[in-house]
Amino acid sequence: MLTTDILIEWLVKIGVVFFILMTAIAYVVLLERRLLGFIQMRLGPNRVGPFGLLQPLADGLKFLFKEDIVPLEADKALYVLAPMIALVPALMTISVIPFGDKIVILGREIALHITSVNVGLLVVFALTSLGVYGIALAGWSSNSKYSLMGGLRSSAQLISYELALSLSVVGVIIFSGSLDLVEVVKQQNSFWLGFIPKWNIFTQPIGFLIFLIAAIAETNRVPFDLPEAETELVAGFHTEYSSMKFAMFFIAEYANMVTASSMATLLFLGGWYGPFVDKFPLLGPIYFSLKILFFLFLYIWLRGTLPRFRYDQLMRFGWKFLIPVALANVVLVAGLALLIY
Amino acid sequence: MLGLFLDSSTPIFGYLPIVLLLLVATAFPLIALAIGKVFRRSVFDRTKLSAYECGNDPVGDARERISIRYYLIAMLFLVFDVETIFLFPWAITYDQLGLFGLVEMFLFIGILVVGYYYAWRKGTLNWV
Amino acid sequence: MSELAKYNEVAEEFATEELVLNMGPQHPSTHGVLRVVLKLDGEIVTDLDCDIGYLHRGVEKICEHRTYAMIAPYFDRTDYVAAVSNGLCYVETVEKAMGIEVPPRAQYLRVALTELSRISSHLLWLGTHAMDVGAMTIFLWAFREREEILKIFENFFGARLTCHAFRIGGMSYDAYEGFEQEVKQFCDRFPTRLAEMEQMLNSNRIWLSRTVGVGIISAEDAIDLGLTGACLRGSGIEWDIRKAHPYECYSELEFDIPYGENGDTYDRYLVRMEEMRQARRIVIQTIDKLPTGAVTAARVPKVLKPPAGDYYHSNESPKGELGIYLVSDGSTQPVRLRIRPPCFVNLQALKKMCVGRLYADVVAVIGTLDIVLGEVDR
Repeated sequence: MLTTDILIEWLVKIGVVFFILMTAIAYVVLLERRLLGFIQMRLGPNRVGPFGLLQPLADGLKFLFKEDIVPLEADKALYVLAPMIALVPALMTISVIPFGDKIVILGREIALHITSVNVGLLVVFALTSLGVYGIALAGWSSNSKYSLMGGLRSSAQLISYELALSLSVVGVIIFSGSLDLVEVVKQQNSFWLGFIPKWNIFTQPIGFLIFLIAAIAETNRVPFDLPEAETELVAGFHTEYSSMKFAMFFIAEYANMVTASSMATLLFLGGWYGPFVDKFPLLGPIYFSLKILFFLFLYIWLRGTLPRFRYDQLMRFGWKFLIPVALANVVLVAGLALLIY
Repeated sequence: MLGLFLDSSTPIFGYLPIVLLLLVATAFPLIALAIGKVFRRSVFDRTKLSAYECGNDPVGDARERISIRYYLIAMLFLVFDVETIFLFPWAITYDQLGLFGLVEMFLFIGILVVGYYYAWRKGTLNWV
Repeated sequence: MSELAKYNEVAEEFATEELVLNMGPQHPSTHGVLRVVLKLDGEIVTDLDCDIGYLHRGVEKICEHRTYAMIAPYFDRTDYVAAVSNGLCYVETVEKAMGIEVPPRAQYLRVALTELSRISSHLLWLGTHAMDVGAMTIFLWAFREREEILKIFENFFGARLTCHAFRIGGMSYDAYEGFEQEVKQFCDRFPTRLAEMEQMLNSNRIWLSRTVGVGIISAEDAIDLGLTGACLRGSGIEWDIRKAHPYECYSELEFDIPYGENGDTYDRYLVRMEEMRQARRIVIQTIDKLPTGAVTAARVPKVLKPPAGDYYHSNESPKGELGIYLVSDGSTQPVRLRIRPPCFVNLQALKKMCVGRLYADVVAVIGTLDIVLGEVDR
């Protein structure tokens, strides 16, 4: 039965994780601006607080005080709803992501995940693909042509790369035999020859690369940032958005980045596993964060390096390259699994 | 019905925290919008509230019929996404199916590839 | 019902309307206030029309009411990205009309400064072009190098944007102390920095796929449209006023004219990159050979009155052939002064390059044409 202490445990976990997620998003934004600054031979924001550490706070305040503009021609209800549709699922995906093994606090064994369901992977996919509705509706409801084109682009892009994304994880599921993310991670907790970790990245590097590319495309980041390509579409689907509603799209984008990074870590890089994690389970979340940070760095690095794809190139790359390779990868991994077992 | 949710022995019990998080995640933007409404000022200006089109008055309406190409991509997605989902249960039970599973999947992916090849030849995958 | 009628009925039912989209004047990548009215079918451009004039200031008309000395600064404000070479073209026109011979030191200084301004203009083009295609880092890298040139300009002219020290008959003052060393320093550092930027783009598959085969213009079309500068040379035609009709001291300097083959965006990119290297080569030669002596011609009259007649002079500005057609009646003010702006002429190619291509290509092509709206609209 649902007892009070279970409920309290859940609420505390949700509170803590939600707070950490929001803080992480705020500081990923700062990290991106600073790192991009260094890549581009400049300093980035460093005026608000020591090393610019209070910059996210200043940004947040600014968003709060800015005038909220709803265009006269816009479909008001959808216009207000769209950023929420984008944001809420993006924040919810954290619920099934495990960031460590069980730890003991005050004599109580606590698993380091909000919840574990046997189709965790599907929950993540379902929630992330809901985000496209937010973007498409934002583009349509604004009644601006730039927004519309951004919305159309993003719908087509997200659904195209979702195929490759789901195909690339089939290999992982073959190895783990479960859709539960905790099980997926635990299957990677052993070694070959005593020192090479049994991470999925080593058994299926192709699947990892496909997942990474598709995940970057799913989060609308460079070089796949066509929905908001500022030099073409001004600001894409959020051209008409300002103030807090714009901030919601912003937060959703970075929440999706964090989710995609955590998924890549869980599925291919052994989640929270690392040296001595069996003895000190608290190290788990630290390893997990470090691995996520690696992917976030990759995101920012790419943004500092690559130009943007053109629309037809994006579609061609997704449909004519990624999907066939992903299909071949499924066959390859299935054959490999048969050899190993 | 609600009892099912609250019974810790049912698999649906694990989804309850997700529902809780849904509430928290929905509350966050609502509160943020509400706080903003108290602080910020809003001045009506017809030009400011018109749709952005690089400083010109918008020509026509943005909500016209959009190009057919987008619909083709959507239909292809539906076809292939459903087939991809079929691979998931197969992959979970793969260690039990063994060689039989591999052969069966070859057939399945073979049929998928035929459809894919057809779409390719028909030029559906060509954007331009 | 015949097959055709059936088809037409279906086609009518599923007909999609073309989206008419205003791109500009307030758009991040129309390089100022260019307005392009696009007709789009999905992402494909079916028709395109340029609307210019948002920055029209009537420079040509103003010139009819100014004395010859007063006109000169207006030319810094047409192509404000390469103010130096624009100012040069005007003073050369008047000198040609009046038959004034400029002393060698002034000629060498003029060429050195003009070529520096060519590098600075090309750097700005490189940065914005790369930015339009999505590579934002190149933008800031290019601006860092441009900053070095602007520092030299600030020391020399006292201004960074509207540089002006060329007078009819020479220079208004000599180079400041340390000018040679500063220019040398810049020239020493520049090749490695340029190579860095090239490395970021040349080996980048996405950059190649965004530029190779995009915005192709054949050699015949380029000539028919009157394109000049890198837009013409990118199509494989070796034409440069500095070689064809040498002015100043260009005939005494060694440099090559780079040219492309396919006339696409990538070739124009390569041509401009090589032009920057050649410009650096010219600058080094002028500094090495810099003669001593006066910087102003001995006999320049206080009141400038070119003899009555028509005069045309053109030079190779960073954007292409900048020409000035001057009609004088022998008074202190020109009767008519017409500017042939390279950007305005090059912009005509936009439609030919873009129709039938994708929307994103329009942005890339505007970047590759290297237009400055101050000069297009005058």
